[in-house]
Amino acid sequence: MHEMSLAMAVIGQVEEAAQRAGDVTAVRSVRLQVGELAGVVPDALSFCFELACAGTVLEGAELVTEAVPGRARCAPCAHEWAVGMPPALTCPRCGGATTELLAGRELQILSVQWEDGPTHAHPREPISEER
Amino acid sequence: MCRVVDLQQAVLAKNDETAHTLRAGLAARGTTVVNLLSSPGSGKTALLERELGLARERSVPVAALTADLATENDAQRLARSGVPVKQVLTDGLCHLEAGMLGRHLEGWLPDDTRLLFVENVGNLVCPASYDLGETLRVVLASVTEGEDKPLKYPTAFGLAHLVVVTKTDIAEAVEFDEAAFRANVERVNPGVDVLLTSARRDRGVGALLDRALAAADGAPLHEPVMARRPDGASHTHRHHGHEHPHGTGAMAHSHS
Repeated sequence: MHEMSLAMAVIGQVEEAAQRAGDVTAVRSVRLQVGELAGVVPDALSFCFELACAGTVLEGAELVTEAVPGRARCAPCAHEWAVGMPPALTCPRCGGATTELLAGRELQILSVQWEDGPTHAHPREPISEER
Repeated sequence: MCRVVDLQQAVLAKNDETAHTLRAGLAARGTTVVNLLSSPGSGKTALLERELGLARERSVPVAALTADLATENDAQRLARSGVPVKQVLTDGLCHLEAGMLGRHLEGWLPDDTRLLFVENVGNLVCPASYDLGETLRVVLASVTEGEDKPLKYPTAFGLAHLVVVTKTDIAEAVEFDEAAFRANVERVNPGVDVLLTSARRDRGVGALLDRALAAADGAPLHEPVMARRPDGASHTHRHHGHEHPHGTGAMAHSHS
């Protein structure tokens, strides 16, 4: 199971982006595109993501995965089809083997939702001993 | 304030960049990497032992790096061929990554190495996603594993430049249906070659070495459909690890 490695890669990239932005206080969610043929289990990835976010600016962030179905096009006859799982990559119409995979291998961070701007000091209620 | 920021970054971008740099660096010194993927027990080591021995007989400078979760058994077997061998213990990690491989090669890989065989962790899921800087990716399956293996692990088989069937000496006993296996390979990776081998009976031994040498000489490789991505996306990764290289004669080992 390499989902932990992938979760850490996602976190690393979001942390870098947050650092570049400079004033990110918390990451709320991360949108990820996961292709049908990417060899990734979205549930396992979410599980690992939650664990690996602990102690980072992403702590508590939600991982939103968007599944991308595999699609292919036959170069000679231009037929397009959903490859399915397991994928059928020879053309179902002409039997051609020079297929172009149009979608399905994505493993891509699309966007991040975060809180930024100057941190507002939250004046806390004084506790009784301090009065 | 709360805002949505477009990142549009491939998750494996860092691994792919590292792999690209590693491939270029190795190519500049004349080394070509062959990445061997299979499930545990498919006979990678047995076939590799024979290929390494043959390379030594033919005076082709080769080296092998083998990765396992535990034990140095594979490296001990491979080292009998007399070529430089290194064991990498992944401490439980299910796959190799380009950065790990690069670190393990530093100070170990002999300068004149023509071919470096990397025996990945026995696993057909995770290693499939990681480019190691190889030129030739080979997926192996033994006749005992079932003809539908390519359908069960489509990403691994779908990204192979070459598929190797092992243990054909027992094909009849296990009623291996070669035509069904080939049809299943063709479904996920149209046009890829399938080689039949038996390390024990000497069938097809040397074919892998020949293919690897041809790839090293720049012969055109099979282009898997799955590897042709219209978006040309690259990938990112980071790894946390440590290394303890201990040279032991022709055999070295390290954790990652």
